[in-house]
Amino acid sequence: MTKQQANWSPYDNNGGTCVAIAGANYCVIAADTRMSTGYSILTRDYSKICKLADKSVMASSGFQADVRALQKVLAARHLIYQHQHNKQMSCPAMAQLLSNTLYYKRFFPYYAFNVLGGLDNEGKGCVFTYDAVGSYERVGYSSQGSGFTLIMPFLDNQLKSPSPLLLPAKDAVTPLSEPEAIDLVKTCFASATERDIYTGDKLEIVVLNADGIRSEYMELRKD
Amino acid sequence: MGTSKNSAYAYQIVGGWDRLASLNTWGYPYVTGTSVIGIKYKDGILMTADMGGSYGSTLRYKSVERMKPVGKHSLLGASGEISDFQEILSYLDELILYDNMWDDGNSLGPKEVHNYLTRVMYNRRNKFNPLWNSLVLGGIKNGQKYLGTVNMIGVHFEDNHVATGFGNHLARPILRDEWHENLSFEEGVKLLEKCMRVLLYRDRSAVNKLQIAKITEEGVTLSKPYALKTFWQFSAFQNPTVGAEGSW
Repeated sequence: MTKQQANWSPYDNNGGTCVAIAGANYCVIAADTRMSTGYSILTRDYSKICKLADKSVMASSGFQADVRALQKVLAARHLIYQHQHNKQMSCPAMAQLLSNTLYYKRFFPYYAFNVLGGLDNEGKGCVFTYDAVGSYERVGYSSQGSGFTLIMPFLDNQLKSPSPLLLPAKDAVTPLSEPEAIDLVKTCFASATERDIYTGDKLEIVVLNADGIRSEYMELRKD
Repeated sequence: MGTSKNSAYAYQIVGGWDRLASLNTWGYPYVTGTSVIGIKYKDGILMTADMGGSYGSTLRYKSVERMKPVGKHSLLGASGEISDFQEILSYLDELILYDNMWDDGNSLGPKEVHNYLTRVMYNRRNKFNPLWNSLVLGGIKNGQKYLGTVNMIGVHFEDNHVATGFGNHLARPILRDEWHENLSFEEGVKLLEKCMRVLLYRDRSAVNKLQIAKITEEGVTLSKPYALKTFWQFSAFQNPTVGAEGSW
């Protein structure tokens, strides 16, 4: 008797790409709104971005059911934090919580590829990038998801971060202005959409700065 | 309790004698329904599904109602394993009962029911014992129309038109082209029938006996089963061997 093979997988890849860029006093988080399965598009209007706290916004792509569950867990934990500490979680604190939450399911992972963006306690932009099991670091910019291989090298070329090994430590945040960073993000997605079948339809951009939080949208190719 | 490695594994995974009763842990469906299609229209939601229950390649059951009302404001359509659909209806019965027992004038809307179903499906997937269904949940409450879907691994979303299984491949493209806001009832029915006709021609497990369900603020109406008119007089089918002497 041959060993039984599983005939269903608990995972699926619903595609999509996420990007975040940190500035001196702002942070830009962006993701497309396409949700796919296999070679089909399920819907063209699905947000991958979740505002976890006043100064923390997470964008996640991968397996949508896991992404939603992860967002729910973090939102619930943040609510408890607010009840216990009477204040919002800072972005670095949320970053650690996300890492721990992901590692908690190390042996049945959340198939979610995350970028966390926000403002740190000094009001500077911060971006944290993760793998599916919680390994993370603070960076000046990052991308994750199906189009990340197309976007990351371009971001490296345009934003080149200083090495974290330098002494004295050089700031990782980009010297670009907010409108310039937004334009860069739009360019990234327009390019990724051309070659990645899972990226397209619409781009959702969230901008965090001292004035608060706002959203912007841009149409992308629908093919 | 079985000596094969497989059943021992099943016991470990689900853990508990009561669970052994539902030993569909191996994850293949037995009696299945095919596509369900749902669309928003002017007064609410229209949903359609055929009445076939297939046992592999055999058409075993021909009068399966794959759409059922849920509470006052929602309609649930299911494809996939019929027995799991019946189990879900049982869960929803209890949910609605407890909702009514509050007797507070408030009732669960379609968004809430969809969220409940999503949690149930995702949690079963987490325990490696999925309910083998793709569900369409539509409804209207206080003028707000809602149409969502969730599948056996918990992937869920809402949209103006949704479909399960083959419907995603054959019906959604038609709907993307021809659906618009404020379809009248007649236009909506025509659109759904067009989609079901294509599925009838091209989906091996489709049968020509379908129901259309309407849900509006007034409530749910499930049509009597009926058949679509089909057309087979395409010239290529008339004399199929005319270009190939000797073949059949």
